[in-house]
Amino acid sequence: MIAPLHFHTISALAPLIAAGHVSSEALTNACLQEIAAHDGALRAFITVLGASAIAQARELDAEIAAGVCRGPLHGIPISLKDLIDQQGVPTTAASRVREGHVAACDAPVTARLRAAGAVLIGKTNLHEFAFGTTSDDTAFGAVRNPHALSRSPGGSSGGSAVGIVTGMSVASIGTDTGGSIRIPAAACGTVGLKPAWGEVPCEGVVPLCRSLDHVGPLARSVADAWLIYLVLRGEATAARWPLPAPRPVKGLRLGVPRHYFHDVLDDDVRARFAACLAWLRHEGAETVDVVIPHAPGIAPVYLHASLPEAAAYHAGSLESMPERYTKNVRLRLEMGRYVLAEDYVTAQAARAVLRSEVDAALAGCDALAMPTLPIPAPPIGASTVDVAGTPQAVRSMMLRMTQLFNLTGHPAVSMPMGETAARLPCGLQLAGRLNDTEGLLATAAACEPFVNP
Amino acid sequence: MTIDDWLAVACADADRRGLADLKPLLVTLAGATRALREAGWDAAARQQAEESAPEPRAPGPPPEDGAAR
Repeated sequence: MIAPLHFHTISALAPLIAAGHVSSEALTNACLQEIAAHDGALRAFITVLGASAIAQARELDAEIAAGVCRGPLHGIPISLKDLIDQQGVPTTAASRVREGHVAACDAPVTARLRAAGAVLIGKTNLHEFAFGTTSDDTAFGAVRNPHALSRSPGGSSGGSAVGIVTGMSVASIGTDTGGSIRIPAAACGTVGLKPAWGEVPCEGVVPLCRSLDHVGPLARSVADAWLIYLVLRGEATAARWPLPAPRPVKGLRLGVPRHYFHDVLDDDVRARFAACLAWLRHEGAETVDVVIPHAPGIAPVYLHASLPEAAAYHAGSLESMPERYTKNVRLRLEMGRYVLAEDYVTAQAARAVLRSEVDAALAGCDALAMPTLPIPAPPIGASTVDVAGTPQAVRSMMLRMTQLFNLTGHPAVSMPMGETAARLPCGLQLAGRLNDTEGLLATAAACEPFVNP
Repeated sequence: MTIDDWLAVACADADRRGLADLKPLLVTLAGATRALREAGWDAAARQQAEESAPEPRAPGPPPEDGAAR
């Protein structure tokens, strides 16, 4: 059976819209109908912009009728994580702390999407202030995973990922401070890209930790993520569209860091990853084991680098309105106020060490490959999960594979790599060289047809 | 400040502020701080800096008379 149009990729829809075969209004209406039908249970959206999205879609359809196409995002319904400013719309950050806020102007990324012809369909739910990985601590109700409603969709950009896989939007813009784009992408079975640090502007986006924050796309394919990334970066995509055909897998060289990254791994995830590497080798890729010597120290470094930055941003409201935070987020922010300066400085030195070690691991490789999440989506509200017979903290499991590349700034992408026996999605993470996000995307696009059976 | 001293002060402060629920998180943070300090990051950073520093240049021949200085 052919999927309805609003479940298709941008790459498939864009030529149809450009040719006038599909209207943006019809596409936007279909997404709004999915939201109306299913968001009561899933809670993916905080604000739905039905009337303004339809008005925008009609204007864009009129441009097509007049022979103007702005590029591949023309007329495509895209959602924004509700940390990102859109003029005239509240930016809640999923928190009562932000009650009454209305954005005075578009964030640069919002303005770029608007200029590229994206239809801004609504603002998506998230873990409060993006300070969590499960999207259940939010003032707007826990986001639910459409693959199993009792499970988390991951986070913090949980609503963004849920909206894509349920046809509520064709793509979304998220943020990633420790994995918050890649984690929900993996838990929900879609693609998520964290560009290299500094490539996409973070102005107009509520910060979590300024030195670790990234803005990037969640989408249905690597090519879609690539197209949106170009827009977010400020490039005119019309000149780059269509993207070149994927390079062959044959000749790719993938580095596989096993030490630490494979020490605690769900059996199904381990099996999916092994199968994924086997398929890629069958197609002619080479896989080599690589080592990041200080990998066991990543989690303490991340904690000491991130907590003080988050606490610094929230210091004022922690004093003036502490009761407006959800309990867990407030406590974690308070924890950041107790980190000593000497330990924060050590964490910064550690980041430089880890950056060099990732660079060394990437030498001679096109990308590093590992599971995005060591576990499938955890039950909502769980603080621990059983992994190979041992209880593990959910938060540390969720961040285990992803936070390294926030510390180092390397670009990383997650894409679907099949499901567990319980039919929960698994994600493959590829990380690329600093300042070569497009090289990483080219590698990911080559692998994509072979890793998701 | 030792980690044990820090933890005692932090827990007392959390109690004073009515944040008793914070104490288990501070204990977790203390464990992470211990791991951070014992990992030898500063030494590793120094070693990396030394390895990436440019080699000192060998002294060249003295400039000839009239050469630009």
